[in-house]
Amino acid sequence: MSESAVTNILVAGIGGQGVMTAADIIASTALAMGLDVKKTEVAGMAQRGGVVTSHVRFGEKVLSPSIPPGEAEILLAFEPAEALRWSSHLQPDAMAMVNTFAQEPPVVSIGLFDYPENPMADMARLPLSLYHYDAGHAAIELGDRRLVNSIMLGAIADHLPFPAEALLESLLQRFARKGEKLLQLNQQAFELGQSAFS
Amino acid sequence: MNAVNPVTATQRQFISGNEAVAQAARDAGCRVAAAYPGTPSTEILEYVANYSDLYAEWSINEKVSLEVAIGASMSGSRALCAMKHVGLNVASDALMTQTLIGAVGGLVIVVADDVGLSSSQNEQDSRYWGRFAHLPVLEPSDAQEAYQLTRTAFDISEQFEVPVIVRLTTRICHVKGVVVAEPAVQHEVSGFQKDPTRFVMVPGNARHRIPKMLARDGILKDFAEQSELNRIDPGSDPRMGIVTSGAAYYHVKEAFPNAPVFKLGFSHPAPIERIRAFADSVETLVVVEEVEPLLETELKAAGIALKGKDLLPRIGELTPAVLRPELSSLIGIELKSASLIPTAEVFPRPPTMCVACPHLGIYYCLAHLRNTIISGDIGCYTLGAGHPWNALDTCISMGASLSMAVGLDKGRAPGDEKKNVIAVIGDSTFLHMGMQGMLDITYNNANVTVLLLDNRAVGMTGGQNAPSSGLNLRGEETCQVDFRKLCEALGVKPERITELNPYELPTLFKALRSETKVEGPSVIITNQPCVLTERYSQLPPLKVDLDKCTGCSNCLDVGCPAILVERRETVIKPNGREKELSFVKIDTAACTGCDLCTDTCAPDAIVPAINTNAINAVEVK
Ligand SMILES: Cc1ncc(C[n+]2csc(CCOP(=O)(O)OP(=O)(O)O)c2C)c(N)n1
Ligand code: SF4
Ligand code: SF4
Ligand code: SF4
Repeated sequence: MSESAVTNILVAGIGGQGVMTAADIIASTALAMGLDVKKTEVAGMAQRGGVVTSHVRFGEKVLSPSIPPGEAEILLAFEPAEALRWSSHLQPDAMAMVNTFAQEPPVVSIGLFDYPENPMADMARLPLSLYHYDAGHAAIELGDRRLVNSIMLGAIADHLPFPAEALLESLLQRFARKGEKLLQLNQQAFELGQSAFS
Repeated sequence: MNAVNPVTATQRQFISGNEAVAQAARDAGCRVAAAYPGTPSTEILEYVANYSDLYAEWSINEKVSLEVAIGASMSGSRALCAMKHVGLNVASDALMTQTLIGAVGGLVIVVADDVGLSSSQNEQDSRYWGRFAHLPVLEPSDAQEAYQLTRTAFDISEQFEVPVIVRLTTRICHVKGVVVAEPAVQHEVSGFQKDPTRFVMVPGNARHRIPKMLARDGILKDFAEQSELNRIDPGSDPRMGIVTSGAAYYHVKEAFPNAPVFKLGFSHPAPIERIRAFADSVETLVVVEEVEPLLETELKAAGIALKGKDLLPRIGELTPAVLRPELSSLIGIELKSASLIPTAEVFPRPPTMCVACPHLGIYYCLAHLRNTIISGDIGCYTLGAGHPWNALDTCISMGASLSMAVGLDKGRAPGDEKKNVIAVIGDSTFLHMGMQGMLDITYNNANVTVLLLDNRAVGMTGGQNAPSSGLNLRGEETCQVDFRKLCEALGVKPERITELNPYELPTLFKALRSETKVEGPSVIITNQPCVLTERYSQLPPLKVDLDKCTGCSNCLDVGCPAILVERRETVIKPNGREKELSFVKIDTAACTGCDLCTDTCAPDAIVPAINTNAINAVEVK
């Protein structure tokens, strides 16, 4: 098997944003497509506002669960500074989908460290195809912060080696038992992501 | 005897190594499973608890969990206990003697090493315990193998009457992969058969068990030489052959797809002769092991030439990114630079306490007390060592806050008489290993003020139940520890025990000031739940009235992540000095209205955030 047969997706954000859930949905879609899949989870301290990443790798056969630095092909970043933090993990010409809704940690808020002045401008200087959108505010407008997750999934839906519908279906499966309203909201968020990030 | 149970269908599942271990235990007919939570192993028992057909418990600590499993094994049941690496240190007293007795029902000890230190106080290599306690060690490389090897571990345990260690690492526990399960079996329980010469380890009996244990070592060694759990992946390029195990196996395969690989599933005792033959078939032999050079040392002692930790790091994961630069030169490959995109300098995002955490008020007070030595422990409250509190002076092992406080008190330097020794410990940690230290404080009349932070849960590992919750692993009601009575029973004078609400800052300050002043042991117990648990109930959020905010930044010292700086200003005070002001805002979507910060705000700028619901409520009145 050749290395390029494996798709490497890096999902990054901070604790409580639903990074793991998004990664899980991508991974389970790949599984449903009959592929071999590995997905890392960094749990434990993650719930307390720390950096969270998940590596999703799928293809005919996946070996190491970690994406080597410089080999991620898609970055799905839930926060702009996190996008910048992880950009060196990408291969040149990789695709980066970034939620521009910034979240300052306390160490920045109290003035110990600075938040990058314009993380998207910094990223634009890198050899990447960069797409960005304020999914945070969009989710709040849709009525629930947690919809960021579905917007971001929509963002990469048309860039995976399987149909967008398959990803949407895995997403909606999670809400199947939670009522029609949530189902619709998530579909709406997903479709918003699909169009807003293109 | 194993009877095949036709119920379980085979299918591709996408599960983590932890879940795979749980499922394997169930499918192997395991009847008793016990653990104390600890990253990265915690989820194993949480998954086991989903199977109603076996007994599963949160134990009080790891030693207890191992002893529960040992008891079950002695009654002929298959039993499993799971723990993080440091847990086996706690359980080791039982382990080192149980090895003489061996196992009756399959006895499997799952131990998860935090290679890479994602959430632990050290990084130790549990494979040592296999050597120290003369036990076989199995090392799965992914979730599928975690499933298979856990099942095999039960068989090996019974075949050789030996407890078996299944060694996981964070990359196995927390990586999801495709797992295909095998048909479940039921295990017949033989029942407890009295056998004092084997089960009663007094010197006269133990002496006779030692030769048996040593003979078992030899038998296990022969087994390792034969076992299919150890195998060779032939490779097209014999210039470098690699011996490896665990998570490192797939890293090796990824980094050097053409290298011949000797993969150890049954890694101790090692199949030295097979490795010797493998070494002869390659130009250079390299041992890739996480993390200590254990196998390396054994192979060298057997006269096998190799490379190992002379090239590779002794800490952290051996990922392809680590292996490639270190080993490529051995096969004459020139590395293209791994990453073309430069690393950006971005601020750190350290973990911090949750919005409205009941520990926040404690640390606000501790940060404002002078002349203290704060003996810390392990739990969410360890974060009190960080910003903005910087109010924790030690952290070593669970329960150490109390016993170390005795030493910090008795070992004071002359001139340090005025320093107050304060020990901070959580409910679960107190019950795990803190009670002994508490008794040591009272028994030896140490001058220590104990802060027992009872949030009714094991917060650090995700809010699991504990005896302080009054709920067991499955969430069923059970006895709830009464800490006041417990401390009294441990010798603390009733008038030196204060129970209080940690959100009431003035009460807290007062209690701390008065209790540190009196000589001798005293205990302050907090009584509000961890916000991540169902016990916690949220109140309407607050906001900052910017017209009233003076920018004094007092409320920021609380350390609640919902309080953010809106704007900074530098002003010149009447005395000519510069002063930095921080005007704040509250993230109302995150604030749970705990009210803690209002006590820190002199101008009463922190007020209810009146939302539409609240307005409606007023109108209805
Ligand atoms: C011997 C050992 N076992 C388990 C752990 C994992 N662990 C860290 S802190 C902790 C308990 C925290 O609970 P508690 O003391 O109630 O404090 P909280 O986190 O709820 O504030 C556990 C289980 C450990 N560090 N060491
Ligand atoms: S998990 Fe619970 S105890 Fe830990 S920081 Fe959060 S609220 Fe506090
Ligand atoms: S304590 Fe009150 S006045 Fe001071 S910064 Fe906070 S809100 Fe403003
Ligand atoms: S009331 Fe204050 S301390 Fe409590 S959650 Fe809200 S902002 Fe945080």
